[in-house]
Amino acid sequence: MTGDWTTALAIIGMGVITALTRGFFLISDREMPMPGWLKEGLRYAPLAALMAVIAPEVVMTDGHLIDTWRDARLFAVAAGSAYFFWRRGILGTIVVGTAVMLSLRIGLGW
Amino acid sequence: MRFAELSALWRHPEFRRGARDISGVTLGISAWGLVTGVAMVKSGLSVPLALLMSFVVFAGSAQLAALPLLASGAPMWVLWATAFCVNLRFIIFSVQWRAYFGQLPRARRLCMVYFAADLNYVSFVQRFPDPKPAPEQEPYFWGGVAATWLMWQVPSVIGIVLANEVPTSWGLGFAGVLALLGLAYSLLHDRSSYVTGVVAGCAAVAAYALPLRMNILVAIAAAVAVGLMMAQRDRAAA
Repeated sequence: MTGDWTTALAIIGMGVITALTRGFFLISDREMPMPGWLKEGLRYAPLAALMAVIAPEVVMTDGHLIDTWRDARLFAVAAGSAYFFWRRGILGTIVVGTAVMLSLRIGLGW
Repeated sequence: MRFAELSALWRHPEFRRGARDISGVTLGISAWGLVTGVAMVKSGLSVPLALLMSFVVFAGSAQLAALPLLASGAPMWVLWATAFCVNLRFIIFSVQWRAYFGQLPRARRLCMVYFAADLNYVSFVQRFPDPKPAPEQEPYFWGGVAATWLMWQVPSVIGIVLANEVPTSWGLGFAGVLALLGLAYSLLHDRSSYVTGVVAGCAAVAAYALPLRMNILVAIAAAVAVGLMMAQRDRAAA
């Protein structure tokens, strides 16, 4: 995307999406029944969208799968995941993962 | 809303209660806001654009998911489609909000729920398990929403302003990915969610070479298809 104005437009559009999704079934004055297929499909989409953004950020560099295990991101994700399944906290996942990330990056230069 | 009305809302004891019920989780909200603020600037957004995003979008997971797409120059419709999918859970919440606020004027009810984050939904439904309108719901709602907004925006702005003091080589922007990861894990609840999550991750990597970051849409389509197939099979087996 080129230029600050394009990015600003993209951001404002995201704000519209926030308003649209949060208020979706409050827009109409009349009650709308929620179709069954919509409910079913909606169950899987949020997790899929998140995983689709996360996975390439972890295992790829410049569009290629990484070919070394000495990448700080892998250890940060492993540590964060271990914390999450131990304690079930998002905050701890961020803190533990970032701590591992920083120590490997700054300490070992990975 | 007139000033007298606003002041009555603010003084209502339920306003304070709404804010207090959120306070148990404000540390988490604030830390996440700080991470998002830093990640926005570290992924290449200028300070004014990061501030715009923080105040206009006001949806942490959609903001974080948008950052790699903005950085790689993905087209606007892919960015919006991704934000929409990340936000789909709000559509489900809005069915529930309707039971409480459906009879309010349209502009007012839409303005209210625009500010309603996930945690507000959770605490509101716990406070009012019976899905019927009641007069104390509006002050309670605004109390929780005002507290969340402040506890998110203040650290987010601090993160945006201080981000340039941190060297990029530390990779602090990755904290945003870790926040998304924690959020994704919290959506795992049964076998089909694990399977669809793995399918989406693999598909997004495998299809990465597609132009326009369409790998994300491919991954969502694959995960929804596999999820619906698994549900179909479970129904057939039952």
